[in-house]
Amino acid sequence: MFLSDLDKKIIREIQTDLSITPEPFLEIARRLDIPEETLLSKIQDLIDNGYIRRLGATLRHRRLGINANAMSVWMGSHKEVERAGTIMASFKEVTHCYERCTLPAWKYNLYAMIHGKTKEGCFEIARRISERTGLKEYKLLFSTEEFKKTSMEYF
Amino acid sequence: MYASAQTVVRPCSENKLLISELETNSCPFLKKSIYGWTLINMDRLDKDILNRIQSKFPVTSRPFKVLGEEFSISEAAMIRRVERLVSDGYIRRLGASFDSKRLGFTSTLCAARVPSEKLEDFVDVLHSYQGITHNYRRVHEYNIWFTFIGESKEEILNNLADISKKTGIRDILNLPAKKSFKINVEFEI
Repeated sequence: MFLSDLDKKIIREIQTDLSITPEPFLEIARRLDIPEETLLSKIQDLIDNGYIRRLGATLRHRRLGINANAMSVWMGSHKEVERAGTIMASFKEVTHCYERCTLPAWKYNLYAMIHGKTKEGCFEIARRISERTGLKEYKLLFSTEEFKKTSMEYF
Repeated sequence: MYASAQTVVRPCSENKLLISELETNSCPFLKKSIYGWTLINMDRLDKDILNRIQSKFPVTSRPFKVLGEEFSISEAAMIRRVERLVSDGYIRRLGASFDSKRLGFTSTLCAARVPSEKLEDFVDVLHSYQGITHNYRRVHEYNIWFTFIGESKEEILNNLADISKKTGIRDILNLPAKKSFKINVEFEI
């Protein structure tokens, strides 16, 4: 599926906030001067083709009691990382998990964002991950200040 | 098309949140009781709604009517509850999240070693780039960690070079992903 100019206009509309009114999509359709049914089917296409990862509410999880946020970084061979990444992804407390490039100043190559209610809880999850994956060399980097957290504006 | 990084400047203070404040008793959204921390102004139905609407928002003409039916409440009641969850700050945004790679963009994670006296200036410069969507201070010698989304690797590299030039901070690690194992930012409340 190739993104048309209309698709990009739709993306621009739905990457910010939907209005919390009875007919939020109709409002967008009117702005774009297209029938609502066209808009709904285009959005469904964007979802079905994997352009939209998720349509819904993004929470302020810290306000909901999920206060501790640790970036755990791990070291392993490429083969170990392949297996460990899959295991880490199965933890519900892990929201993001990536294998990343290394640099001479930075040897960690596997990352898992751990969300918990407390710091101790995060350490406990990391300990369980270590046990399950066999990776022994890791660090938890806790955030102390959130300078910015926004969603990307595309197009 | 994509707004160039230089043209969009956002004040960083709006999004700045001192986590230490939230971790103490001063957090206005949490109340300590003999049962532990509980959320103020929220009942079980609110929590169930939050668990439901983090994904698969109905792509239909009357989405709040459909959601209301799922919980046996009226469309108007569903709208009132979601409005309140937004105004109380539990919901940051209601909309679509995209696969940036699928849209033709590229993203990376960067880490910088910034002395405390240069921190404010460095963060201000970072936030003048629209593609920097997340930025945290972390307890490590690499103390600033941010994500950078751009139209190409070259654009990101050029912007990182510019940031070094503008701020005098040379020690910035660029750590692009080789493989993604998981992205799922849904929380069970």
